[in-house]
Amino acid sequence: MTAGETAGAPASGYQDQVAQICDSYDNDPHRMLDILRDVQDRFRWIARETMQTVAEKTGLTQIAVEGVASFYAFLSLAPKGRITIRLCDDIVDQFAGLPEVTESFEKALGIGIGETTSDGGFSLEYTPCIGMCDQAPAAMINDVIVTNLTPEKTRALVAALKSGKRPEDLISPDFDDLTPHQRAVTMVENNIRHAGAVLLGPAAPDAGLKNALDLTPSRIIKELEDSGLRGCGGAGFPTGRKWRFAAETEAERRFVICNADEGEPGTFKDRVLLTERPHLLIEGMTIAARAVGAREGLLYLRGEYIYLRDLLEEVLADRRARGLLGDGIMGVDGFDFDIRLQLGAGAYICGEEGALISSCEGLPGEPKTRPPFPVTRGYLGFPTVVNNVETLCHAARILDRGSKWFFDMGTEGSHGTKLFSVSGDCLNPGIYELPYGLSLKELLEMAGGEDAAAVLVGGPSGAMIARDTFDRKLTFDDLATGGAITVFSKDRNVLEIVEYYMSFFVHESCGYCTPCRVGNVLLQKAVAKFREGLANPEDIAYLKDLSGTIIETSRCGLGMTSPNPILSTLENFPLVYSAMAKPSKDRIRDTFDIQSAIDGARKLAKRRSYVFDRDFSQ
Amino acid sequence: MPDSQDAPAADLPKARIATASLAGCFGCHMAILDIDERLIDLMALVEFDRSPLTDIKKFTKRCDIGIIEGGCCNEENVHVLQDFRENCDILIGLGQCAIMGGLPAMRNAIMHSDEPLRECLEEAYITGRYIRNKTHNIPNDPALPLLLDKVYACSEVVEMDYQIPGCAPTGDVIFETLSKLLTGKFRGFERETIKFD
Repeated sequence: MTAGETAGAPASGYQDQVAQICDSYDNDPHRMLDILRDVQDRFRWIARETMQTVAEKTGLTQIAVEGVASFYAFLSLAPKGRITIRLCDDIVDQFAGLPEVTESFEKALGIGIGETTSDGGFSLEYTPCIGMCDQAPAAMINDVIVTNLTPEKTRALVAALKSGKRPEDLISPDFDDLTPHQRAVTMVENNIRHAGAVLLGPAAPDAGLKNALDLTPSRIIKELEDSGLRGCGGAGFPTGRKWRFAAETEAERRFVICNADEGEPGTFKDRVLLTERPHLLIEGMTIAARAVGAREGLLYLRGEYIYLRDLLEEVLADRRARGLLGDGIMGVDGFDFDIRLQLGAGAYICGEEGALISSCEGLPGEPKTRPPFPVTRGYLGFPTVVNNVETLCHAARILDRGSKWFFDMGTEGSHGTKLFSVSGDCLNPGIYELPYGLSLKELLEMAGGEDAAAVLVGGPSGAMIARDTFDRKLTFDDLATGGAITVFSKDRNVLEIVEYYMSFFVHESCGYCTPCRVGNVLLQKAVAKFREGLANPEDIAYLKDLSGTIIETSRCGLGMTSPNPILSTLENFPLVYSAMAKPSKDRIRDTFDIQSAIDGARKLAKRRSYVFDRDFSQ
Repeated sequence: MPDSQDAPAADLPKARIATASLAGCFGCHMAILDIDERLIDLMALVEFDRSPLTDIKKFTKRCDIGIIEGGCCNEENVHVLQDFRENCDILIGLGQCAIMGGLPAMRNAIMHSDEPLRECLEEAYITGRYIRNKTHNIPNDPALPLLLDKVYACSEVVEMDYQIPGCAPTGDVIFETLSKLLTGKFRGFERETIKFD
């Protein structure tokens, strides 16, 4: 970085470089996120001047560009170090030793969280769950993932970086000679603990796609409807029905989007599928394209998984070369479909399908008003199928083995298998592919987490379950989950966990609607009051009341589920709250402390209180 | 006049009401006067004890209802409010300042400071752009009550029984609520009377 950059202005000659970046995306405003990502990569930040150039090239106003640049956590409006270290501050990482790791990073670098070294070498910051809960604490160093951090490991990492090594060199001395897949698995363990019949077991390559080509689009969709497959991202919408809606909408263009933005804290199943089953995923997308009549597809990869980019690009290129993507797929005339990889930039909300589409369109990742639903008016206004990674992989397997094979697994209403991402206080954190319908207890036994005191099923937007209900079943009708199973032992403080997750939602709310933007802040403050022992018994009713308002009046799924950590712990751990609430004495609040309230004024005025200091007369 | 509506009430002992204005603007007390001539009907049911309206400074006896305007911004507000809680059976928060802290609570927005109170006072008396304070001092007369670290809603300091929303609540809402409370018929507010759009 030149002196000019650290002083707050971009390097000279920046206009040409920025213009070049814009040209490489045909100056298309819909590619704004890619453009800004590249600007960020080139200059390590997005300066006002560069935004002006981007605005001129793409025909937008500067404020529109700034709206996008300021929305995403991985885009920075202030100069960042050449090496940006993002520590994952998820509660699982915190319990796995993050405070010590943070301290050792701060010491080794001489800066605190949120700061950049004066020579512009390093930036240090926190980021929410990066999908490495099974190997916490973890961090991103530029585009490289490091896991299982300890203070010793941290010191060694920083020393190597300071000696001039690239982050990539920390992974392997001959990083550049490794294949993309080798790089990915060297950085991040898969931790596949149990492979099931559908996804992680052996599968014939592209068998599903071959079968699909013999079927009419309507017959493909029928096959999915008969299989009982439901969306695996968490909401559980029947996949066949979604495809049929999109197929039946009259339109010139249609799109298939794969949602690989798994941001729900504690979920990392898609990471493993993207690493180990990328061909299956692309096969599933191709089948979806065949079924709904789409020629274009997008794979939206969360910014935290940028280490998988080369792997996925290689897979796409390989399939293009083998005639499995592009024009005339598998020799079928008129079956054209190709996929573009779209990287996110650190926004949880982009896992919501409307926000994800906004993000693909180059806008801030704000959800869209529903209806219209994406299947009728989605990406660029055209019918769009948005499916989770796991869902698309399932679809490919269903076309291979038939709907009955899939339907016969699992239970009534929840068919097939599910990937569970188990993390936290258990012996064997990792991925378990199991048929729907097993109990939470059975899963905990497999993972060595029988001693758990609390289990968060489905991430913070799911439910926190107590020991007495561990026999509940993991199905859509009982304990629905996108896959996250986070285990907490008896040594963990439930209120600390809840407060962390509320701060997560405060951070990740897009800010569009007031109940979510403001309400979650109020909820977090109320939970903090309980932790500090400053809550009144009535505050329990307040929590429920406010939660109800937020759920009822928010625009998208984030606000509709963000009070869940509070509501489910109120239901399943009521004593935690009532034990911390302080009743009034003679109807005067015991939680209000006049002495601490007037302490500041006493010091400022340099006198004591004539009302509340008893020895005032002396 | 055997059928006078006041007759049964006149036989009952009148309810004693006390009022106080804490960190408010006195607008809510003005709103009480907006009851207009219905004040005469109300006076048939109540008598006022400690209140700025009567200029009685201390409770003469226990009261049935205490009406509080304003939140707590200083130690005296806390003292008065606790005194009201001890001497009144029912406490009613009148208006937004009593309920949420209201306009005075804007100073609670100074939070990213090590000394928010000092920052607030310095801006108000010394550094503010439009300040004409020739002494360049923050007022500190011994008679001035000490300020609290922030402005508190009444319900954060004592338990409140009812809250009448509005800034200020209309005379109609105040009259309706008080007369229904006094006759034991209060069942919450009609949405039409408290909505603002």
